[in-house]
Amino acid sequence: MSSLLIRNGHLIDPAAGIDAPKDILLKDGRVSEIAAPGKLKPAPDTEILDAKGLTVAPGLIDIHVHLREPGQGYKETIATGTAAAAAGGFTAVAAMPNTVPTNDSPEITRWMQAAERGASVRVFPIGAATRALKGEILNDYAALKAAGAVAVTDDGHPILKDSIMREVLINATRCGLSVIQHAEDTRMTQGASMNAGALAFRLGLRGMPPEAEYSLVERDIRLLAELSKDKGGSGKAGARDKNGAVPHLHVAHTSTAQAVAAVRQARRNGLRVTCEVAPHHFLLTEEHVGAYNTNAKMNPPLRSAADCDAMIEGILDGVVDAIATDHAPHASHEKEVEFERAPNGITGLESALGLSLRWLHREWKLPLSRVISLLSAQPAALLNLKGRGTLTAGSYADVVIFDPKAEWIFNARDSKSKSNNTPFDGWTMQGKVHYTISEGRVVYRAASAK
Amino acid sequence: MPVKSATAPRAAQELSVKPASKNARVVPAKPGSPPNAVPDSTTWSRGSVLSVTSLTPKTVSEILSLAGELEQQDPLERARRLAKRKIALLFYESSTRTRTSFELAAKGLGADTTLVSSLSSSIEKGETLKDTGLTLRALGAEAIILRHPSSGAPWLLERETRLPVLNAGDGMHEHPSQALLDLRTMLNHLRPGTTTVAADTLAGVNVVITGDILHSRVARSNMLLLPKLGARVILCGPPPLLPDLAADIPGVEIERDFPRALAQAQIVMMLRIQAERLAGLQLDLEQYKAKYQLTEALLAAHAPQAILLHPGPIIRGLELTGEVADGPQSRILEQVHNGVAIRMALVYRALTLPEREVRA
Ligand SMILES: [Zn+2]
Repeated sequence: MSSLLIRNGHLIDPAAGIDAPKDILLKDGRVSEIAAPGKLKPAPDTEILDAKGLTVAPGLIDIHVHLREPGQGYKETIATGTAAAAAGGFTAVAAMPNTVPTNDSPEITRWMQAAERGASVRVFPIGAATRALKGEILNDYAALKAAGAVAVTDDGHPILKDSIMREVLINATRCGLSVIQHAEDTRMTQGASMNAGALAFRLGLRGMPPEAEYSLVERDIRLLAELSKDKGGSGKAGARDKNGAVPHLHVAHTSTAQAVAAVRQARRNGLRVTCEVAPHHFLLTEEHVGAYNTNAKMNPPLRSAADCDAMIEGILDGVVDAIATDHAPHASHEKEVEFERAPNGITGLESALGLSLRWLHREWKLPLSRVISLLSAQPAALLNLKGRGTLTAGSYADVVIFDPKAEWIFNARDSKSKSNNTPFDGWTMQGKVHYTISEGRVVYRAASAK
Repeated sequence: MPVKSATAPRAAQELSVKPASKNARVVPAKPGSPPNAVPDSTTWSRGSVLSVTSLTPKTVSEILSLAGELEQQDPLERARRLAKRKIALLFYESSTRTRTSFELAAKGLGADTTLVSSLSSSIEKGETLKDTGLTLRALGAEAIILRHPSSGAPWLLERETRLPVLNAGDGMHEHPSQALLDLRTMLNHLRPGTTTVAADTLAGVNVVITGDILHSRVARSNMLLLPKLGARVILCGPPPLLPDLAADIPGVEIERDFPRALAQAQIVMMLRIQAERLAGLQLDLEQYKAKYQLTEALLAAHAPQAILLHPGPIIRGLELTGEVADGPQSRILEQVHNGVAIRMALVYRALTLPEREVRA
């Protein structure tokens, strides 16, 4: 029996509609009670945590990270990646299946969640939609789900063929899983390493056109519309599961204005389409490629200023459902190469909250509760992570306690991640995490915290 | 539908607030350091020449004057200028004229040169550019002249070695020494005796560059350099080899009709088709020749006063006829000749300019 009382903090729980001073009692890994300040009487063995002046919120949830295990422990391990997550205020991460070997099986899915991995926070594996991410043969979704997978995707690669994507949507829906698409028509991006346009032309780099992303998002939405029309039990090969659930398409790392517009329109048409945006896509433009900076190389690439604005607009008007980092660690020797040869991706777990508060909240005046919601309640709902993303009694005791006003400088060398490939090194962040609590355990405590 | 900054706050207005800055996305980078590294001017060493974009008319003038001075100097005296200094030529692509030209330039100044090429070195065994660069530095190289198939490779080499780097051609990006020798050739023809250039030196001059612009580092360096001196650069070629967005570069225009482009030219620069970079692009060569091959007849009809430049290697019978290459308007061999003087100046600068203050 372990219990922890968080006192004197300001609780923001968007899912429960709470934005007020509250004390919270955590017991045996769950939220036990919430009450007005001073009302909870701790038992003698209850640990007490003073959150005076701090915001207490549901632990953050990142639905798009690459933890690199199994197979690429030199980039990151589940232990180091989740330590970085904890330092960034995250209590749950959804791990992409492009590991070595690919997470095609219940065995790997279970291996990733095993206690021996030494994870600081909860890891939700996402299964590979197709064998070895090749976009050809579907994996066994029921088995993946039973082993703990929360969605399927071929992230890093698109599911290009219409017939396969259709099958993936049908099968995933029957198993109650979401389908996450990495929307990139690779027929348009051969040999490309940044956004297509005048800058790529000037830098002598082949470009990835925005169409490569939005044309595939539009294709997926067309497929989804067809499938969503089919009624379960109508005799047709309907996509609804036995409870009548409609297919859910989630667009990963949206980067173009047209893709956000397509999602917005699809939602107006009543389709179950969601999307996420990474901090680098709402903050950085292709200009950040600068002198061939490989920490500004990712896929999808940094886009134009208009695209950046569209990401912000999508976040402000609500079409964007989640902020997800696409945390993609790479060893320094892999990034210290010619731009065209460098692997795609940047780390993001330790800068996501700081950047979101600094820019979305402070500059764009997005209310604190909305920022927290985009980083916890909404991603939890999106992947149907029961008992997460909220702090109502009975929920998992996943908590982040931070000072929303504190400014600090992000130093990549201090990162808990095994890699430090980030373009945000040296940037000013806002919102200092003091404690991260995962299922009742304090998994991160800032050096400055009492 | 792209959304402008001005409309993005629509949702913010619903929250009855305005964003603090309409450019909130253009976030200032590290405190105390320049904002985003700009490819143009970010070099560690003052003697490096990675891109023409960092060259001001004043720097170009210095290079041109120095080239003239070194060319005039007694060869024995000149060979004392960099006597026993060490320069490495690091060539990841085959090259005849650029490599020989740099080598003669360095040797003409008395420097020791060593050539490392991808076919006869540990590069073959998978050594990275960073490690090859560090090895050359440890062996005593004081500057590296780099030819590399990847755009931007000179920045990596310079950042990792902190040595002066001269870009002798990087991928589809730039070939600064070629643009400078082209400039010297143009000035000899249009403004004889001129070694000092300013923002208006080439005012009224139209330079027509025709051919495979997309894959040409020579075209990029020329179109980025010449407008700084007042020239108008007119690009000509079919869309697959010349995308419309090339005209986004200030001072650069597109004229797809070859005779109409030629009619405006004082300088005609022809480029070869870079078969090795076409990456699956299908091109009908007969059709291409019918539209864009430079012939005596075209030159006589539309540009009888212009001079012809070509960075080489030329493919006789493809982008131009043999008669044109050998004809009276051709300055192709003069370009090669000017290359040595320009490269002497660049090599000399690389080894003699004082270091910039080391940045954090
Ligand atoms: Zn992806």
